[in-house]
Amino acid sequence: MFHRESGVFKTTYSADMALYPLPIAKWTVAVLALIFVVIVPLTVHEYYLSILNLIFIAIVGALGLNILVGYTGQISIGHAAFMSVGAYTAANLAVRLDLPFWITLPAGGLMAAAIGVIVGMPSLRIKGLYLAIATLAGQLIIEWTINHVPAISGGAQASIQVDRPSLFGFSFNTQGSLYFFLLFFAVVAIVATLNLVRSRIGRAFVAVRDQDIAAEIIGIDIYRYKLLAFAISSFYAGVCGVLYTYYFGIANYEQFQLIVSIDYLAMIIIGGLGSVLGSILGAIFVTLLPIVIRILMENVGSLFFTTAEMANVISGLRLGAFGGLIIFFLIVEPEGLNRLWRNIRSYFRVWPFSY
Amino acid sequence: MTRFVRSWLGIAAATATLAVDGGQAFAQKELVFGLQCDRTGVTATVGVNLCPGYHDYIALVNSKGGVEGFKIKVLEVDNEYKVPPAMEAHERFKKEGAVLEGLFGTASTMALTKKLEEDKILGTSPGFGTAAAADGKRFPYTFPIAASYWSQAGAAVAFAKEKLGGTLKSKKIAYLFFDNPAGKEPMPIFEELAKSEGFELRTFAVPAPGLEMGAQILDITSRFKPDFIITHLFGRSPSVSIKELKGKGYSLSKVVAFVWGSAEADIIAAGGMGVAEGYNGIQFAGVGKDFQVIKDIEAMYKAQGKPVPKEMDSTVYYNRGVFMAALHVEAARNAIKAKNGAAPTSEEVKKGMEQVKGFTLGGLVPPMEITPTDHEGGGWVQIWTVKGGKLVKSKDWFQGFRPVILKHLEAEAKKS
Repeated sequence: MFHRESGVFKTTYSADMALYPLPIAKWTVAVLALIFVVIVPLTVHEYYLSILNLIFIAIVGALGLNILVGYTGQISIGHAAFMSVGAYTAANLAVRLDLPFWITLPAGGLMAAAIGVIVGMPSLRIKGLYLAIATLAGQLIIEWTINHVPAISGGAQASIQVDRPSLFGFSFNTQGSLYFFLLFFAVVAIVATLNLVRSRIGRAFVAVRDQDIAAEIIGIDIYRYKLLAFAISSFYAGVCGVLYTYYFGIANYEQFQLIVSIDYLAMIIIGGLGSVLGSILGAIFVTLLPIVIRILMENVGSLFFTTAEMANVISGLRLGAFGGLIIFFLIVEPEGLNRLWRNIRSYFRVWPFSY
Repeated sequence: MTRFVRSWLGIAAATATLAVDGGQAFAQKELVFGLQCDRTGVTATVGVNLCPGYHDYIALVNSKGGVEGFKIKVLEVDNEYKVPPAMEAHERFKKEGAVLEGLFGTASTMALTKKLEEDKILGTSPGFGTAAAADGKRFPYTFPIAASYWSQAGAAVAFAKEKLGGTLKSKKIAYLFFDNPAGKEPMPIFEELAKSEGFELRTFAVPAPGLEMGAQILDITSRFKPDFIITHLFGRSPSVSIKELKGKGYSLSKVVAFVWGSAEADIIAAGGMGVAEGYNGIQFAGVGKDFQVIKDIEAMYKAQGKPVPKEMDSTVYYNRGVFMAALHVEAARNAIKAKNGAAPTSEEVKKGMEQVKGFTLGGLVPPMEITPTDHEGGGWVQIWTVKGGKLVKSKDWFQGFRPVILKHLEAEAKKS
């Protein structure tokens, strides 16, 4: 990731597809692991861990959406609804049957995958904007169902309190311990996606995205792969919803509304469609940027304004700056932050002899 | 040294100076309050007027020497009515050592309930969250401190009963509500009261975003023809309901709105005070400028030579901000007094909040009594009515069907 090759010496397909293109990449991963598993939790204040926790959850959701939108080319604005399916499945199982998280979490994912396949069925006949509207319908139907079926939502408030996840008697009830809980699932999701996209299934997804008729002609069952993409993507969304549920200690209806689907779409578009690193960068960007802008403005603004005056200015300017930066980054590099990062790398690959 | 480097060094130096200043300020006796607000999200219309009220009251307290010698520093975070930023805001307040925090938004109140309990920091949620949070034993660190939707439902029915001549036997009441969890929450109270008071209840749901309710209003006014209408709407939808009901010729004096549909802004958006003559709204804080504390805030601005902020004209929301700040300050005051002037911890401030009693701020705050078991403070409300172009108090602080509400709270407590 952070290394420079001296040239391309790959002679086989398997070398080209390897997770670690060079031995040094292993060291990069080892150093990243050391930083995130040891150094960060030991040195960083709980507050910053809480932000990282939000980013980890967002990464899982963004990866899922990117598999569907970025890799398979099927637009979905029902992602938040799939999260809520996962969240309520896990919450009901955890509260009614008192099941531990290592059962409720995959169960939430699988339930979301099943619903995802149903919502994804229109993708077999329609594409593009039409599919977007069909998935929007899915979002609204799921929202309505959760709101109106007490058996799912657990009563008029449509929210179910769950206990903190625990493993062998250890309860993850602080930001510090939840950090490891969420880090684990974020890493699993990243590794799983990296492997998925270089497998037969991942290649089939890309083929469907690039030209589905051509894909069908070369023998890819596009019905199967489109639905599989919806299932896998919804599985990630469901897991993301379960993580939200355990992180907040509650499954809440208002937490998974349409606007959240749009937020996740924004993440993968800014990060870069069809790339794992892009999903991660997008999740970081969308979660972190408002916080960074605010902290920056509070420090600069306190020179000129009182707290009360500043509050209005910050809120407005923050939204403006956030939108402005998104436009800026997309104009600089329409293919997202991932492409930007690759451009920087390829620039330095030949630096200083760039001509 | 290039100019670029020099300018950065300059900024670094300025930051360092600030940091030192901050350090010195902290040596003073200071309490930190956290305030979540929504100035840009779906409830921004509330936040932009409510939060300035909060800041102004704190500034007033600070200008008079603070609370028991402690200056109060307010940290505000705009959570955009979203849940993840609310969690970030809470962690930020905790890092800065906040002794209490004001929550904003039902979803974020619910999402933070567990965290507040784990971190032992009290959060207030006037008009947000669940009615069950009034139960201090079940939710020790969540304080609604104002009438919940259940209490408002009781009050609305009590008001209807009074307006319809003291009895509701064989009368018809329509409940027009926003189709979300908050809108459905008061239903059990209405259903029980419908049985015990003998009125016919019919409910009419308005789907989000609530800007189109022609069908429901037509159904109410032409088919059901109720004697009274209770509305529970949010955002822009209260103004739509006023316009539609007026358009169908229904007398607005037989309409009562819950707390988020009874502000000046809703009435003005519906076409102005003149249009909404007779419209009733439930309030959990005093309305208008006729309070000593409001005059003191105005005087504070005049003394500083600044214009009085325009947010003050939106008295319903502004006063709710003052109401919140005043209760926060009282909780801190009780806690400091209990420690004989030493800085209280967040747990002690929570105990201080549970001792708030007989604090009315000249009528802006109801005669509430917050106890370790009752975090709602009794569920007191007022009714204000549009009369002659302005809001006039038509019913002073009262509790509607309190025994019924308490019974439901008990039943809810047994469930868990």
